[in-house]
Amino acid sequence: MADVIAARSLTKVFPGKKGQPDTCALSGVTLAARAGEMTALIGPDGAGKTTFMRLVCGLMDRTAGELSVCGLDVFRTPQDVQDLLSYMPQKFGLYEDLTVAENLTLYADLHGVPAAVREERFTRLLHMTGLAAFTGRLAGNLSGGMKQKLGLACTLVRSPRLLLLDEPTVGVDPLSRRELWEILTQLVREEHLSVLVSTAYMEEAARCDRVYVLHCGQLLMGGTPEALRTAAAGLCYEVQAPPHLPLRLLQSALLTAPGVLDAVPAGGVVRFLTRRAPEELAPLRALGLQARPAEPRLEDGFMKLLKEAEAEGAAPPAEVETAAQGAAETLPLPPPASAAPALIEVEDLVKKFGAFTAVAHTSFSVHRGEVFGLLGPNGAGKTTTFRMLCGLLPATSGKLRVAGVDLRTARTQARANIGYVAQKFSLYANLTVYENLRFFGGAYGLYGRQLRERIAAVAEEFHLTDRMDEAAERLPGGYKQRLSMAAALIHAPGILFLDEPTSGIDPLARRTFWQEITRLAAGGTTIVITTHFMEEAEYCDRFMIQDHGKMLVLGSPAEIRARLGREGAPMDEVFIAIVEQARREKEGT
Amino acid sequence: MSQFALFCRHVAFLAQKEMRSLVKDPRMRVQLVVPVLIMGFLFGYAANYNIEDIPYVAIDASHTAASTDFLAHVEGAPAFHCVAAPGNIDAAKDLLDTGEALAILTVPETFERQLAAGETAPVQVIADGRNPALAGMIERYIARIAADWSAAQSGRTPAITLETRTWYNPNQLSRWTFLPSFLAMIAFVQVMMLAGMSIAREREQGTFDQLLVTPLSKTAILIGKAIPPVAVGLFQAMCVFLIARFWFGVPFAGNFATLMLTLFLFMVSTTGVGLSISSISRNMQQVLVYLLVLMIPMVLLSGLVTPVRNMPAALQVATYADPLRFAIDAVRRIYLEGATLGEIAPDFLPMLGVAAVTMPLSGWLFRRRS
Repeated sequence: MADVIAARSLTKVFPGKKGQPDTCALSGVTLAARAGEMTALIGPDGAGKTTFMRLVCGLMDRTAGELSVCGLDVFRTPQDVQDLLSYMPQKFGLYEDLTVAENLTLYADLHGVPAAVREERFTRLLHMTGLAAFTGRLAGNLSGGMKQKLGLACTLVRSPRLLLLDEPTVGVDPLSRRELWEILTQLVREEHLSVLVSTAYMEEAARCDRVYVLHCGQLLMGGTPEALRTAAAGLCYEVQAPPHLPLRLLQSALLTAPGVLDAVPAGGVVRFLTRRAPEELAPLRALGLQARPAEPRLEDGFMKLLKEAEAEGAAPPAEVETAAQGAAETLPLPPPASAAPALIEVEDLVKKFGAFTAVAHTSFSVHRGEVFGLLGPNGAGKTTTFRMLCGLLPATSGKLRVAGVDLRTARTQARANIGYVAQKFSLYANLTVYENLRFFGGAYGLYGRQLRERIAAVAEEFHLTDRMDEAAERLPGGYKQRLSMAAALIHAPGILFLDEPTSGIDPLARRTFWQEITRLAAGGTTIVITTHFMEEAEYCDRFMIQDHGKMLVLGSPAEIRARLGREGAPMDEVFIAIVEQARREKEGT
Repeated sequence: MSQFALFCRHVAFLAQKEMRSLVKDPRMRVQLVVPVLIMGFLFGYAANYNIEDIPYVAIDASHTAASTDFLAHVEGAPAFHCVAAPGNIDAAKDLLDTGEALAILTVPETFERQLAAGETAPVQVIADGRNPALAGMIERYIARIAADWSAAQSGRTPAITLETRTWYNPNQLSRWTFLPSFLAMIAFVQVMMLAGMSIAREREQGTFDQLLVTPLSKTAILIGKAIPPVAVGLFQAMCVFLIARFWFGVPFAGNFATLMLTLFLFMVSTTGVGLSISSISRNMQQVLVYLLVLMIPMVLLSGLVTPVRNMPAALQVATYADPLRFAIDAVRRIYLEGATLGEIAPDFLPMLGVAAVTMPLSGWLFRRRS
């Protein structure tokens, strides 16, 4: 079969600004995407996925190498290539003040789609994306998932030979994600479309025909998803945690244990990858646990490749290992969290925006030292609930107490007990790391020596010490998040609120992030977190799922699985089952 | 006491942060200084109602000793200079059309005859009415020259003479009135912008939530946010003051501390208006729209362009809500007549009133809007 994209030794170097070293976004990448197939690009942030896509689109010139699309040289005839493909960038430019139909018409005009074929095409796209009922709605008022679908529809107003999608499902809930992928599969089948998609979700990569793993500009592997999956064959194990030990503690201990490539809580157990015999691992020995071999998943193969690539780059310093070992041996067995006093109490909470009920009669409580998750599809009301908890939004009715007070009306001292990390990076972009920390420290009443000590402490904790004088906006993504965490924790609060902290970050960075959360929780900090990644519910002591403002379920991952009779099922499936069941019940009544 | 110390520290940290992010941006630094200097000099040089040069066309149809003498008298006046002396009106018309001349002075054929007969001899002045103020001044100026000339001709002293003196600006230099008003004006524009953007920018960039969850009280946020615009406004007013005083040499009659206090009060009331706008706006674009809608009427009502006295009664009442009106009035009076604190105190009341309403209002609005 013909290759729709063929790259040979493709290299792209971005010259460094003002004395900074050049960054090599792609170095010597050779890959091929076949016609009529779906090809996935996966890799951590900064792997070069977006750069590759932009090169394919002819949006910039390469430093070296060759690249052709459908046999045309991209760099010699960029316009011809652009006529063949459609590109949906990470942030697709929808016009938020135009309606769904107007956005479609606008993109059809821009692409010169003849009026004759428009009607049929629009009908088909709207039907496929389930947006037919919303043509008159402003794009700005659509939920995240619907926006992405509209973006896809706008990208597809004409029939391209090749479709490029750059992380099309970032920040989209599992239900909408599943629908989006069904649309894509249908398109490939019916229109013989070729698709190149980059994604941070491994189960999405598993749906593609070919997968290419990029890391720091280099191609680590290319092949079928099956080949990537079996790369981890014989290395995967799973272990049951003892009762009352949060999975995340065991996972975190395993992750830092020497010889372990990866560890992640999944389906009520901790999965890990190691080349050693599991009996040799300190955390398992200390707790007297027996691990059993497990089937490899695509993510395991991916993590193995990444970890090995990183280990080649730099050997981990020895002292970290000993510290981790020490931590693993004294693995704490905390009392069950429900025995601790309730720190957050919510009773019959309601929030209405005009006639629309965003949150309906919700009650729950969070105990000291707990990690509590708020999950739900886009527009389910979790952000609204979250904002009410933080005191950013008044409740319409109901009781809401955080550490004994309502933060909305609380005196300023009460707010000193909470830390808040917003969804998108929201510190002062043009101030330096130090200035940001200093300001937030001051806002929380610290000054003088105490302030200096806390700044130094959080900078150390989040590895920001070398970047204190850099402007926050210039920090790479991972560092920005660390800075947000550092700023939220500068006053050592008892409760930390995190709004979708992991959306848009790769599996590797998410592991590190959750390790941080585990460490904080072990230190007694109560964590309330919202997330789109359902598998992250495994890290929580308890979580609740909302849909259409109603609380559908509340409990620990194990309890919820048991209630559904789906022991060992991945969280995504549990989530979809719960939401669909609730929606069916609603339609039934 | 410790509560108060905490409050002060909060305000200080916030103000410091605001100031830092303001001056960090090189474009912003330029924007804070360059327009002030450009506009200061521009207003000093360009905003001038005084007639220093009047080109005119003389048509002498009479060609007599009397008419020559009269025209020489006009030409001898300091501002006047004759650009052409064509024989007929048609050629003169063209010069007026193109703007090469501002007036046509025609001495009719019968001029000397009528004078000799003891009759009143008419002399025609055609002025360029496209600028009525200027035309009026030219007409008055020529009338005075003509009166002087006829008095000298007849040898009789007129029954009365007017001895006029204009106080505070003896030579009626419009630069003198403009520059001091401009002290308040330029600061007004920038302070409104800075205060207007301050909350809206944070809201747009998502940092506002982060600010609201901190223990900073509403009052501390407001005061902390108000300090940088007020400081910037005072700095800019100072720039204009220095330009007016030392470059254009407009003498400063008043007390410097009084001037600063007035400007400070004005900045506070303006900042209150700006912050209120910022609180109700969702984004910076909205702020710009509100600012435009509000600032133009505020400038018009301030009496900078046309005297408040000339406005309809209802509008005159509306000017009380315009701090710019009282700031301009107070600054002019302090600068030119050396008014004391006691004398301009009535001007403070409306400004204080606006500040007392808008400051709490913006606090109330921003809590509600979030």
